[in-house]
Amino acid sequence: MGEITVENKKIAVPGEILAKGMDYLPGSGTYREGENIHAGKMGLVNIEGRAIKLISLSGKYLPKRGDTIIGRVEDVAFSGWRVSMNCAYSAMLSIVEATSEFIPKGADLTKYLDVGDYIMAKITNVTSQILVDLTMKGPGLRKLGAGRILEVNTNKVPRIIGKQGSMVSMIKQATDCRILVGQNGLIWIQGEPSGELIAVDAIRKIEKESHISGLTDRIKEYLEGKTGKKIEISASTENREFQEEEDNRYQDSERSFSGGERREFPGRRRFSGNRRFQGERR
Amino acid sequence: MSYDKRLDGRKSFEDLRPIEAKTGVVKRADGSAMFRIGRTMAYATVYGPRDLYPKFLQNPSTGILRCNYNMMPYSGRGERVKPGGNRRAKEISMVMEKALLPVVDLSQFPNSVVDVFVELPQTDAGSRCAGICAASIALADAGIPMKDLVSAVSVGRVDDKIVADLDYQEEAYENGPVADIPVAVIPNSGKISLLQMDGEISKEDLRKCLELAKKVCLQIYEVQKQTLKEKYTGFESGADENEKFSEPEVPEQSGSEEMKGDYNAQ
Repeated sequence: MGEITVENKKIAVPGEILAKGMDYLPGSGTYREGENIHAGKMGLVNIEGRAIKLISLSGKYLPKRGDTIIGRVEDVAFSGWRVSMNCAYSAMLSIVEATSEFIPKGADLTKYLDVGDYIMAKITNVTSQILVDLTMKGPGLRKLGAGRILEVNTNKVPRIIGKQGSMVSMIKQATDCRILVGQNGLIWIQGEPSGELIAVDAIRKIEKESHISGLTDRIKEYLEGKTGKKIEISASTENREFQEEEDNRYQDSERSFSGGERREFPGRRRFSGNRRFQGERR
Repeated sequence: MSYDKRLDGRKSFEDLRPIEAKTGVVKRADGSAMFRIGRTMAYATVYGPRDLYPKFLQNPSTGILRCNYNMMPYSGRGERVKPGGNRRAKEISMVMEKALLPVVDLSQFPNSVVDVFVELPQTDAGSRCAGICAASIALADAGIPMKDLVSAVSVGRVDDKIVADLDYQEEAYENGPVADIPVAVIPNSGKISLLQMDGEISKEDLRKCLELAKKVCLQIYEVQKQTLKEKYTGFESGADENEKFSEPEVPEQSGSEEMKGDYNAQ
């Protein structure tokens, strides 16, 4: 009856027939026309049981509730700040959500956040017209100090964080840098300049080579060669929880062709905010 | 006297000129592609979805697609092409946009815009078709949700023959009537999203032309598909992907500068 016409983990191009017959279900990035399932964009085919979906390889960030992002303050308004997020839409951060400090009416808001400052914030709400609200209340959410900001493909973020956070902690261990990764593809790195440069190169390498198997080993080798340090890969148990989330996130990071649905995070996640990001230990 | 041999030496009247395509040619763009058919060459770059100003252009129910067709000054045959927009470029930008729109789904990106810039460094007829082919590869490369790719080719008649992919010599054939019909086909459904004509042709011949266009567009579709897949095949096998994707030393600067100019002109 139904048959799959593509190989798992291969690239599909828009319009390509992925499966024939009603035995299979179209997942995100795919659509059904007649009896066939077609690819709705370019991506990596992922077959899970009866469901077929596509994992994006390119494309801009689309804000999603629950995501922790790195943004740049682009304007100061009466009641808050406008934050750009490296995508088509900007977000609003209200005074109440920015700090627990008391800010009197009419105070100069640039004392707290000024144009050009980078912040780590969490998306609390996204409307159908993609008006985005942010909050900075939560562990690890804050104004980012000196460091460098790196722009990467948002679809590679799960790869940069790595399975069980292994990748980013490996880079941190090797370069002695503090690294924060936002879901929108902005990365903040702070450390010794030499270490920062190695971290940047390593992240670029991950971005470029994320499709070849054995990525972790290659990056490990690269870092060891650059720093001359021996690296042990160990995902400490304290990271475990957020690591799992990361894995799940990767699975869920795709949106359907129609784009209507926006998934709520299950309760557990809502409270574990920054831990996903391998923020520096506090 | 009838038209019995193709002027550029192609064997059959249904033969296309040699095609070459490449994706990811402009590093700073969100998606890019080069498509060459014979001596006609098109570079397409895609930016976005990004925010759209002036605000009155924004559409709250969907993102919009904006195409820009530009022949470079030295791209024509002989005479220098006057740079900048003109009526012809404006029309072609519009028809390219309409040819691509049926496959592009921007409903996820309200109030935003996807910009497509098509630059032609060299032309020998069929430039809007090459532009559409390049643009559809570049849009896919940029990860834009699309129902299908779009393949385009010009068909027509030269004197008494139905021919595919006319070059300039054929378009300017003087010993008999010529019709030049650019057609864009959505390969999976076989629907036509661009149909224009210059010249004269009978009803029966037009039917034949369209059948021919659908047939040869499938050849172009295969090339487009292969091009997109090739971008990542190096990765899958793990073979010298570094070499393949090493930073282009000179083109990077020139390419991005040029596109920047375009962006500012908008």
